[in-house]
Amino acid sequence: MMAAGQMHNRDSFLNDLAKSFGRERRRQVKKPEWTYRPQWDVLKGASQDELAEALKKQCSLIHTDVYETAASELGGLVKDLVQQYGGQSVVMWDDPRMDEFGLSSLPDELTKEQVAVHIWDSGKREENLSFSSTADIGITFSDAALAESGTVVLYNGKEKGRAVSLLPAIYFAIIPKSVIVPRMTQVAKQLHLKIEAGELVPSCVNFISGPSNSADIEMNLIVGVHGPVKAAYILVDDK
Amino acid sequence: MAMKIGDKPFKERVSDGINDAFMRGAVASAQGRFRSGRLNAAEELGNWEEWRKLGEEIRSHTIENLDYYLELLSENVIKRGGHVFFAKTAEEANEYITKVVKEKNGKKVVKSKSMVTEEINMNEALERAGCEVIESDLGEWILQVDDHDPPSHIVTPALHKNKEQIRDVFKEKLGYDKTEKPEELALFAREKLREEFLQADIGITGCNFAIAESGTISLVTNEGNARMVTTIPKTQITVMGMERIVPTWEEMEVLVSLLTRAAVGQKLTSYITALTGPRQEGEADGPEEFHLVIVDNGRSNILGTAFQSILHCIRCAACINVCPVYRHVGGHSYGSIYPGPVGAVLTPLLGGYDEYKELPYASTLCAACTEACPVKIPLHEHLLRHRQEIVEKEGKAPVFENLSMKAFSLGTASPAMYNIGSKLAPTALGFFSADDKISKGPGPLKNWTDIRDFPAPKKNRFRDLYKKRQKGGEE
Repeated sequence: MMAAGQMHNRDSFLNDLAKSFGRERRRQVKKPEWTYRPQWDVLKGASQDELAEALKKQCSLIHTDVYETAASELGGLVKDLVQQYGGQSVVMWDDPRMDEFGLSSLPDELTKEQVAVHIWDSGKREENLSFSSTADIGITFSDAALAESGTVVLYNGKEKGRAVSLLPAIYFAIIPKSVIVPRMTQVAKQLHLKIEAGELVPSCVNFISGPSNSADIEMNLIVGVHGPVKAAYILVDDK
Repeated sequence: MAMKIGDKPFKERVSDGINDAFMRGAVASAQGRFRSGRLNAAEELGNWEEWRKLGEEIRSHTIENLDYYLELLSENVIKRGGHVFFAKTAEEANEYITKVVKEKNGKKVVKSKSMVTEEINMNEALERAGCEVIESDLGEWILQVDDHDPPSHIVTPALHKNKEQIRDVFKEKLGYDKTEKPEELALFAREKLREEFLQADIGITGCNFAIAESGTISLVTNEGNARMVTTIPKTQITVMGMERIVPTWEEMEVLVSLLTRAAVGQKLTSYITALTGPRQEGEADGPEEFHLVIVDNGRSNILGTAFQSILHCIRCAACINVCPVYRHVGGHSYGSIYPGPVGAVLTPLLGGYDEYKELPYASTLCAACTEACPVKIPLHEHLLRHRQEIVEKEGKAPVFENLSMKAFSLGTASPAMYNIGSKLAPTALGFFSADDKISKGPGPLKNWTDIRDFPAPKKNRFRDLYKKRQKGGEE
């Protein structure tokens, strides 16, 4: 656990708020049960296959390519896709799921094809950032996925750098079908329960829906601004 | 640039806006796209009203207990090793931010979009301290490159510029030599700004929703610049208006869904980034140091008053996108970084009536804003309340005669405007009409009705009848 940070001017600030309200400072507040819960109705009761279908359908609206594969074929597909997207350099998380999903030999196989491969190394900030910034493709697993919005959820951390899904020109997310939930509601609930149980949330949670984009010039949709210009999801039938 | 933009008086700003044909065309088409996006997104959900009620309930509860939730938030931020500074005023906020930047020997600051840092004029304070401050949101960057042209919309700040103008700005200021295609302009920005991100010492962000239960701040973006700002620089400073907070992740999720749908009709934006403290021990990217600056700057004066619900605002701009007055006069006319209906309510509260008493009159009171608001803020009622308070304080309405005449000429300039205005008119003009004719009209109608009768607005509007018919109604 790291050292606590510093607090400045809190009491005078909050006392002023209480004064504006014309009451004492509130030290205990019980959050009410909300009257409406429409967020729980979205894709309610959908099966994993139905969720996967909904996710695929949404991807067609957010400029994201989707590929599907059996777990046993995953390594071959990723390798093919790296070539298909013209990847000369690839950066990946140092993720135990690489082994679980039969990808442990992928870095070597890509290297054999003259692709430069960098595996995230938590001890090497500068190397990680400089490689990622010029890399063609960044690849991560998805820790959860949201069917409604075509979103992958990343719990970044020590071996799972933030930059891998951000700096390269193209982003691949590997999504085990079993991690798909209807929408953000379910992930928010899980994190809330963890916090209640005293666990730490990751320092950075990303909800990523397709490539970066902007509508800042005459409201035209431009795909690819500061983050990846292209995104592809690889759905793996893991169950 | 502070909250105030430009020095011209209100009337001149308005006539500048009305005479800017490109701006008006751009705003009209943007409003159309934003609106249909929002309506489609609402329709798709089916139970949009329930979502709005949930949003309203969450915002009411949170703001009503703001002192409690801010205490919880700050407690959780410092537990995770972040620092928290509560700033009563803009000056206090800028002083602290400048101090942090100096301590880190920061020379280059990259920023993602933040309205509150505009409001407190932070860039100027940092520049005075010798720092280079770079905006990284595409729209904000365009404005910065164009000698700090003020923003005209809170979601797409460069809405008033067309692509040819942007091309010329890039050409003149940065030696750009490609075409006005948006893709080429954006690629140029990507390349230019990528270098800046990699060299920056300090990243500064705003905050869409801070999550009290875990000391997390969330950022809702499409371009990826906020992620750059929080991934590469070694120090991160986040500046939030004190009301941008929710109790738990569950409420964050609901409000983000409302925000992205109401703002642009997206289910979610490309990136929702939730950051808790600085990077943890052993992590290779993300900031080593994290500072959260919580800004009051006049907001606490709104608490406990009839205007409190304006602090429920989640900055989606849906009210701006439906406003018939904004459509015609554009964002700069409001003289504030907060334009449109929300700006007309909020700006006088933060900046005072002396400077901004005209703004509550920049409205037809048609209530389209209230209807569009995803957290059900009664915006048009607040505008009316402002007018009452101004009249009580000043003894007279400052601009009513003049402005309402102008609003009237706008209102009748196109059938669409007349229709929107006419929604309210039967109630407003009820007292003056007899036998479907108005012979003694108020305000703007007076000159007309001195000479002839004006047809009274119909109680049943064609638009409403048509809508009903479409839904299979009887009439």
